[in-house]
Formats: sequence, C-alpha cells, structure tokens
Amino acid sequence: MAPLLEVRDLKVSFATDDGAVKAVDGISYTVEKGQALGIVGESGSGKSVSSMTVMGLTRFSGNATITGEILFEGKDLLGATDDELRLLRGNEISMIFQDPLSSLHPFYRVGKQIVENVRAHQSVSRAAARDRAVEMLRLVGIPEPERRFDAYPHEFSGGMRQRAMIAMALANDPKLLIADEPTTALDVTVQAQILELLAHLQQELDTAIVLITHDLGVVAEVTDEIAVMYAGRIVERAEKLPIFAAPEHPYTWGLLRSIPRLDLPRNEELVPIPGRPPSLINPPSGCSFHPRCPYARVECATTDPRLKPVDGDAGHTTACVLPSAVRQELWGQLANGVLPAQALETVTIPGAAR
Amino acid sequence: MGPYIIRRLLWMIVLLLIISMITFVIFYVLPSADPAILRAGRNPSPELVASIKKTLGLDQPFYVQYWKYLERLVFHFDFGTSYQNNISVKAQIFDRLPATIGLAVGAMFVWLLIGIPIGILSAIRRGTLADRAAMGTALLFISAPVYWLGLVALYLFSKDIGIFPIFEGQGSYPTTGNLFTNPTEVAPSLFLPWLVLAASFAAIYARFMRGNLLEVMSEDYIRTARAKGLRERTVIMKHGVRSAITPIVTILGLDLGILLGGAILTESVFNIPGIGRLAYESIQKSDLPIVQGTVLMGAFFIIFLNLVVDVVYAFLDPRVRY
Repeated sequence: MAPLLEVRDLKVSFATDDGAVKAVDGISYTVEKGQALGIVGESGSGKSVSSMTVMGLTRFSGNATITGEILFEGKDLLGATDDELRLLRGNEISMIFQDPLSSLHPFYRVGKQIVENVRAHQSVSRAAARDRAVEMLRLVGIPEPERRFDAYPHEFSGGMRQRAMIAMALANDPKLLIADEPTTALDVTVQAQILELLAHLQQELDTAIVLITHDLGVVAEVTDEIAVMYAGRIVERAEKLPIFAAPEHPYTWGLLRSIPRLDLPRNEELVPIPGRPPSLINPPSGCSFHPRCPYARVECATTDPRLKPVDGDAGHTTACVLPSAVRQELWGQLANGVLPAQALETVTIPGAAR
Repeated sequence: MGPYIIRRLLWMIVLLLIISMITFVIFYVLPSADPAILRAGRNPSPELVASIKKTLGLDQPFYVQYWKYLERLVFHFDFGTSYQNNISVKAQIFDRLPATIGLAVGAMFVWLLIGIPIGILSAIRRGTLADRAAMGTALLFISAPVYWLGLVALYLFSKDIGIFPIFEGQGSYPTTGNLFTNPTEVAPSLFLPWLVLAASFAAIYARFMRGNLLEVMSEDYIRTARAKGLRERTVIMKHGVRSAITPIVTILGLDLGILLGGAILTESVFNIPGIGRLAYESIQKSDLPIVQGTVLMGAFFIIFLNLVVDVVYAFLDPRVRY
C-alpha cells in the first residue's frame, strides 16, 4: 500500500529581486497512516515552506517554482488543479499555525469559523455543522463549548485559541494534520497541554501528524520519527530515540548541545551554534553547514554530501562527509559535556581544515 | 456604550462652543468688510452707518455681542438674522441644506460604487496592466482640481455633446425643487456634479482599498482561510474585503462630514445653491450671523459623523468596545 504522504526530491524556490531563494532544496520523506513525523530546524531552514507546498499554499505566492513529487495516497498533488487541491485542504489534509491569534479571523466568532470549515467540505445543514463544531470544541478540551461557540478569538486565551484551531483543523476528520510551530507562541505550561492534546488526538483519531518546530523538546513529546532540516535540506533522519541518543550530524549535535539537559551538571554551559543560517540565494559550496561546523575539513567545502545510512542502523540516515566512526567518537565526547574545541583535541579527523 | 455616547455628545457641545468663539474672534480681528457700510449702500452718511450699527448691535463690545448671540442660540435655537437682508439664518441654512445633502450623499454613492470595486480588483490583479492603468488613472483624478474637472466636464458633456442638462443660471435650481422633493427633474442635472465631485474621492478610495486589501491578504488568517479549503472568492470577499473595508468607514465619515458643510467648488461650478455657496457669499458680504451659522453647521456634521463612525466601528470590529 502506498504511504499516506510521500515527498520525493521536492524543490521550492522563490524568485526575488536579489535572485532565486532556494527555500527547499531537494527533500524526500514519507509519512505513513497514523504516524507522527517531526521536522526540526532553525528559522529559514525550509521546514514551513515544504509543508505549505504540500498543502498547495505556496501557489498563492505567485513567484514560487516547485519541482519534484508530492504523492498523497498515491495521488500527485503538484500536478493537481487548484480546485482539486482546495477540496483536499481542510478536509483530507489540514494545518494549524504558529500564532493562533493572528491565524483566526478577528471579526468572526470562533464557532462560526469552525462551521465554515465543515460546510466548505460537507453538505450539511447549519445546525448539523454547529453541532459538529461544538463537539470538536468539547473534544479539544474547551469548557462550556456551547457558550464558547459564540466567543470571538480575542476573548480566548492563547492556549484556548490554539485548541480552537486544532478543533477547526480536525473538524473534517483529516488523514493528515500539519502542525507548523503549534506551541511557539504559547507559555511553556500551555505548550505542554497542547502537545499532550495533539498526542492524545493522534492516538484517538488515528490522524497522521507532521510536526514542524525549532524545538527538539517539542518533537520528543509527540513524534515517532524526526527529520532535521538545514538550509532547505534534510541533514539527518531517524527514529526518535537515535536522534537523541546517537545523533550523527554535527548540526544535530549543535541543536542538542544548545538546549539545557537534566542529566548534565547544573553549571554546564550551553553551547550555541556559531554563525548564522546561510543565504539561500547563494548557499555555501559543498556541505551548506561547513562554514559553521567546528569539525569541517577541506573536503566539506567541495563535496555536497547526500543522505546515507549510518553504520549499524539502516533506518538512520545522515548527510555528512565525516566517517561514521569519527562522528560516533565525537558525539561520545560531546554527550558527556565536552566542548567542541576540547573534543577536537582528542579526536583526530582525517584531513581537518583547522 | 450609552454613557460613552452621552460623553461624546457633551464634548460635541463644548467643541461647538469653542468653534463659535473662534469664528467670532476671527471675524472681529480680521473682518472682511464693515457690514454696516455694506448695508448702508453707496455714499452713506456717517449717521446712517451709526444707526445701522446700533440696530445690528455692532456698536457694543464684541463679548457682549457674543453673549447675546449665545443666549439666543442656546435658549431659543436661534442663529440670528442676516446683517444684509434680515432673513433668519436658520431659514436660509435649511433652505440650502437639501441641495448640499443631495449633492454630497449622491456623490458618496458614486465614489463608493466606483472606488471600492476598482480597489478590490486592482489588489487581486496586482501588477497587471489593468491594475497599473486603474492606479494611474486614479492618480490623475486625485491630482485634478475639482473646478477644472468641473469646467471640462461641463464643456464636454453638456455644452458640446449635450448629454446632461445643467442648471441654467443664478436662481434656476430652487424653481425645480430639490433632489428630495423633485427627484425626476433634479437628479439628471446632478449627474455631472456627482461624477465630478466623486472623481477624486473614488480615486482616493480605490487606492486606499487596494492598499488595505493587499495588506490584509498577507495576514495569517487569510492563510488559514485558504488552508480550510474555501473558494478563493470566499477567501477574498468574506475574509479579506471584510477586514480591508473597515478603515474605509473612518475616512468616509470624515469626508461626508466635510462635504455636508458645503462643497464650495462643486456648488460654484455647477451653480448649485448649497451651503458652501451660502458660506462663501456671506464671507464676501461680511455677514457674520450666516458665517457663524454655516461654520457651526459644518462643524456639527464633522463631529457628529465622527461619533457615528466610532459607534459603527464597534459593530464592525468586535474587538472595539466602549
């Protein structure tokens, strides 16, 4: 059986006055029915653009060039007409966004906005759509849903708004929910509630989820598999556990070392990733992470690495020119709190540039 | 909302008082002419001028005059009588008002019906030839002075081509009644004035609507509407235009308020005996009671329509509460 969603060598670039911005530069991934995939990366890594493209939302920008393949239940979405895609959106595939206040229309009642979604795809009466909206509001844990139906978005708290967005997104029983930074605009305690809700709904409704975030802690909560994106590419992809226990890409190490950990001494310093995300108009030669990579060697600036399975785990792929053995040795040091500079003194990297 | 409206109405009275005071002071510091001399006719004797001054109360200090004016206004809603012909100011204003209302409100419908759809279409087809042409034309109409546009329109459409009737000359308008008492005869004659007065407003509203809609269409909730799978038409009209049109209400109230105080240029070009013409003539004749009356009425329309706008806004935008 075909996977629910299959993305093959997707490339999205936007024409601007300064040149083409290669926001997504050849990514491939699959999502099975009922599975949860996390896409992690910093701002501008192409994680949102790739999902917006799945939804067909990048078509509205007017300056996007899209190549590759997106198959949803075997059906090609890039070749689909605008109307075919529209019928899929909010119905088979739905999406929730980062800031639930600006994502809900300020002039319409929350319940009405859910009803609108129901009636866009199902020919049901207003009363039936209203019942469905109330049912959804109850499902996502909004108290007194009959009364809250008539509230305006600004009368909700941040967490309630995101719950309402989730209710709206799930109103038509979609097979796939794309959650684009669903907790970024929320307080930490509310974040946990929303993630718990997503995880719970995924189990209960058997909806597949693509969770996009810059926060590894968030994906750890909800997803089964994680893809790490950098500069429009997937640089590492694996089951959840290996990503945290045995990451193989220097960028993933950087992400992991830049968040606080409970198992390291309290005075342990966080290590930020030096430099800034690369230009997507003129990306660096070779591996696009090499200008920021402490372990880069001459080859990194010339060779463009592709995703390859790592030693000993066929389901774990990474795009790095360092030998797997060297990477595992380096991570062994970093995981114990050793700083990158110190790790470099003890581990010999063949052909190191610095 | 009730207490808010009452507070605003009280403020309106304070503002109108201040405006009347300023008008009075300006008139006394910088009179356009001596009303008594104007009234006395050619080569008047000093005695005649003095007696006229006494009759009109002009021999008294201006604060006494102002106080008497206020007394009449507040206790009797009496705006006084003209210095030049003794006709009640109130009667003259109410006589002229229908012509101005007919002109301004009619023009408003014209500019809304032209400006808003063009603005929406321009925003949707941003950057196309149609958009550029529409916005270029809009710029042309914004830049064209209304008296020039009026004369060109008169020359082209009534004299040369003869499509539209016009008011023949001084005094021809009142004999045909006004738009409200005699619409079938007056309305055709108002087509040209409506179009000319509406031209620059339609242009401004089209550009404003276009800008608003373009901004709104990049909002997150538009992305949500699309993500819901709504038809693009619904996304634009129900989610985009609904938001983009709200600020239009603000400037509409202001513009209409200003025009109801008298569209002097259009009224002059098309020989329409409205409030604007009345005000203009009374300034020339140094006829203070009429100047006061027209200024107060213009100010009233502006302040009142602003209040209406604020109240309407609370209905348009649920986030606004008083």
